[in-house]
Amino acid sequence: MTEARPNPDELLRKVKEEERRSRRGKLTIFFGAAPGVGKTYGMLEAARAELEQEKRDVVVGVIETHGRYDTGALLLGIEILPRRKIQYRGITIDEFDLDGALKRRPAVLLVDELAHTNAEGSRHAKRWQDVEELLDAGIDVYSTLNVQHLESLNDVVAQITGVVVRETVPDSIVEQATELRLVDLPPDQLLDRLREGKVYLHDRAQRAAEGFFRKGNLIALRELALRQTAERVDADMRDWKATHGIDRTWATTERLLVGVSPSPTSSRLVRAARRMAGSLHASWIAVYVETPASIRMSARDRDQLALNLRLAQQLGAETVTLTGEDAAEETVRYAKKRNVSKIVVGKPTHPRYRDILGGSFLHEVVRASGDADVYVISADVPVAERPPREKSVRPRGSWRPYSAAVAIIAVATVISAMVFGRRELTDVVMVLLLGIVVVAMRFGYGPSILAAVLGVVSARFAVGDTAHVLTVVIMFVVAIVISSLTQRIRAQADAARERENRTASLYSMSRELAGAVSGGSVFEVAVRHVADVFDCKVAILTPRPDGALESAAGGDLTFVPGEKETGVAEWVWTYDRNAGLSTDTLPSSRALYTPLRAGKTRVGVMGLLPTDPRRFGDPTQEQLLAAFTGQIATAIERARLADTAQQARIQIETEQLRNSLLSSVSHDLRTPLAVITGSAATLAESGLDGATRAELLDTIQEEGQRLNRLVRNLLDMTRLQAGALQVKKEWQSMEEVIGSALGRLDARLEGRAVETDVPEDLPMAPFDPILMEQVLVNLLENAIKYTPEGSPIRISARHADKAIEVSVSDRGPGVPPEDVEKVFEKFFRASERKGGVGLGLTICRGIVTAHGGRLWVEARPGGGAVFRFTVPLEGEPPRVDLELEPTIEEKAPS
Amino acid sequence: MTEPDPLVLIIEDEQQMCRFIRVSLANHGYRVLEADRGQLGLDLATSHNPDIVLLDLGLPDIDGLTVTQGLRAWSQAPIIIISARGQEDDKIHALDAGADDYVTKPFSMGELLARMRVALRHATRTGPDAGASVVSIADLRVDLARRLVFVADQEIHLTPNEYRLLVVLLKNAGKVLTHQQLLREVWGPNHGSDTQYLRVYMGQLRHKLEKTPARPRYLVTEPGVGYRLRSE
Repeated sequence: MTEARPNPDELLRKVKEEERRSRRGKLTIFFGAAPGVGKTYGMLEAARAELEQEKRDVVVGVIETHGRYDTGALLLGIEILPRRKIQYRGITIDEFDLDGALKRRPAVLLVDELAHTNAEGSRHAKRWQDVEELLDAGIDVYSTLNVQHLESLNDVVAQITGVVVRETVPDSIVEQATELRLVDLPPDQLLDRLREGKVYLHDRAQRAAEGFFRKGNLIALRELALRQTAERVDADMRDWKATHGIDRTWATTERLLVGVSPSPTSSRLVRAARRMAGSLHASWIAVYVETPASIRMSARDRDQLALNLRLAQQLGAETVTLTGEDAAEETVRYAKKRNVSKIVVGKPTHPRYRDILGGSFLHEVVRASGDADVYVISADVPVAERPPREKSVRPRGSWRPYSAAVAIIAVATVISAMVFGRRELTDVVMVLLLGIVVVAMRFGYGPSILAAVLGVVSARFAVGDTAHVLTVVIMFVVAIVISSLTQRIRAQADAARERENRTASLYSMSRELAGAVSGGSVFEVAVRHVADVFDCKVAILTPRPDGALESAAGGDLTFVPGEKETGVAEWVWTYDRNAGLSTDTLPSSRALYTPLRAGKTRVGVMGLLPTDPRRFGDPTQEQLLAAFTGQIATAIERARLADTAQQARIQIETEQLRNSLLSSVSHDLRTPLAVITGSAATLAESGLDGATRAELLDTIQEEGQRLNRLVRNLLDMTRLQAGALQVKKEWQSMEEVIGSALGRLDARLEGRAVETDVPEDLPMAPFDPILMEQVLVNLLENAIKYTPEGSPIRISARHADKAIEVSVSDRGPGVPPEDVEKVFEKFFRASERKGGVGLGLTICRGIVTAHGGRLWVEARPGGGAVFRFTVPLEGEPPRVDLELEPTIEEKAPS
Repeated sequence: MTEPDPLVLIIEDEQQMCRFIRVSLANHGYRVLEADRGQLGLDLATSHNPDIVLLDLGLPDIDGLTVTQGLRAWSQAPIIIISARGQEDDKIHALDAGADDYVTKPFSMGELLARMRVALRHATRTGPDAGASVVSIADLRVDLARRLVFVADQEIHLTPNEYRLLVVLLKNAGKVLTHQQLLREVWGPNHGSDTQYLRVYMGQLRHKLEKTPARPRYLVTEPGVGYRLRSE
């Protein structure tokens, strides 16, 4: 019993698709078989209906009426967007104004001729890209398209009509269209219209027109258009069935794989695969296998390969570059891994002997393919003349290796001449072979062939008779085999090195990125590595809070994009796609811009201003760049999250501090304030005796001082908390600071015995004198507050193991063992009655910790508490040379 | 006293603080002039030629250093800085630029009056140290003519630098001297940043003169700023 329930994955995809579509504008394409069938007219009619019946805001973005009266009449009453003027090589070109349209934001926008190529200097190379942007902005678009402009049908049309159409639209655009409206006109009527001059053809097309507008062609094109529309209807039907759970037979998930090569004919293969995938409703993968041989591909081949892969991508394929020794093996292995059901490969075009010698890719694939079907597609119609094969990228033309080959063989010949007569012929041959192998190993294929030839000649010479012809011939063959094998090993080693370099560069960056904690260091690492690997200058742009992009990294290796370039970067940021140099969008930019995206989050845009602009067409470079940007984006995101987390933590702590402050401090602040204002009010009354007045004044003063201490502690705490505490370390004398702390508390220490114990030879230590004085003052104030009046206080300092240890001891009640840590906590108070906020010791610990020291409390033998802290003796103390002292006569004081 | 009461210029933008100082000073026989802006302060100083200036560091228009320099360009009237905690650097700059002393908010009126007395005494050179050949403060006695130092009638032997340091402090008794000023006076203009020397000599001097060097009676440290010889 098969379930009639729709596949949940399928449903989810539908829902997501619908969600995306509801945000996006709707695209309606008026589709026709040939120019002149009345697409524009049909579009305008539909637009009028929208405008008049639905009362929607319809605006014409761009329409070519070609002066036709009936079409022009339909335009009456519809707002027409002004065109943008573009100056290009002295000519002014009217173009569709994309920005104007985005600004105007109509409900429906009419954009004629979807396949139009924009004038240079426009934002996008193609009009369909403009339309994509409009749809993304939520604007509904009406547009027109002829069947021959559809990418996947491009070569079929070329085959039928003999006219190669250069302006194409990716199939994905048409597939995304909400509606495809066929505008049909029988060929005879179209030909009539043509004869009556009702079909406008621009000059360029005029020449092709004679061939194009033949009845046979028109019939074929009409069939193509009808079939395309029918397929579309079929797909809609399937969609409908799928959502309503009607279809019982679920299509098994077919997956296609097409092998892509640097050959220009590969594009045909890609298109064929697209059509197959389309009719099977299957997903498809375009695969290129990088073999050791292809590492040394010529620049032209690289470009072609990039084009082929990009075409596949545009047609909706997932593109993958694999690396392996054997292209066939690697392709099949990947196909199996991805559960590919059909493999599409090209029909071989090279001579048969190459299959026999080097093995046939096709045979290998067929043999290894297993369950998958293999489709062999002919590739006999090259789209363009294949360019003459360029020399390999690596320079090989030097004469040096050849002369070295000659020299080595000469040496081998001399040796073999010396051994000949005394030794067997095989020895002679072996000596020569050794020479050839050495040449093959060191200097490559060409020189080794030369060496083999020379070796044979000298063997012939050395041997001196014709009896050993066979030996000499075999020697030649062996020499060739050896040198080609050696060559292959070298190539593999080179390939491995190249791959390793790429991996290593990526690895070394990720390792450094892992160590980079702050945003700044992430940018620095990223810029350095990208500049190094891609031989370019780098810009990293991140959004400011107001949304504008700004350069986040600076230095020699960076560049700052100008106003125009920043516009490109902003486009990349908004649409999350590559743009600029070597792309289809704004290709006139100086640099390539690529989004930095960590998962679904956009973190910024990276710009690459290459030293050599050609380097960026390369698919391997593109993939490497994608890997780099992924890593960088993740690192930036991580740094940002860390910052945010840190800020959140500080925020929470500040919040907590504020809350505790409000609860605990309000009381402590109010009490002295109440006392002061109360006392002052009483003083204002007349008739108080002298003693009362004096007492009230004393109270005011005491409370004022208490309030001052409170506020001081609160401020210190806030500074510590906010991380704003700056420790200005200088080599200081602890004795001095103890002295000044005691000096500050002179009045409060009155009546107490204060004992100090500071050795005369106590070394200086690096600390901030003001903060350290604060520590001592707080500890002393604590001792004063919590011990009985008149009880003694002792301060001592000593040199202890790479630190100075200072202790403040009292004879008070001491600290209970369970509180020895709590006393350092915020808002802990040993006694509610004593006042204070419970921050003094927290501040002390904060300051001591900031100096790298420790603060703790112990019970004092004989009663009381000892607060001890250390200040580490780090670094070299300054040398003070006392012998520099001048004599007294030299500079006698007056 | 036949002379008129000394004229004090208060440059301070906080009205409450101004009022408190004005009332207290008037009560102690000073005439008071007020300015709530630095520029106004400079103008008033030019027109009234005050005997002493109290200068707040946190003025809204120009900073204390600029006011100090503006005043010092033509006037020798003592300047006392009124600073808040956390303004150490500004304070030192102003002192190095010629300000005479400072008090830190909150200060007691007694403290401010004492500083003013010291400053005025130095300005008029009528104090016990001016011209006298023997100066004594509590147990400390220095015979400037014979270059002899006694503590509780016990002669103390000082090295030449220690002696010079003591004399510089003594001549400015009660007044704060910044590290810079002391170094320049004792070691000459080329040793302006060798505060380590100063610390070492100060330590030695304390151990020779003070009963409890860690709780000095005479040689008081002003952390982060400099030293002061306590004269009262």
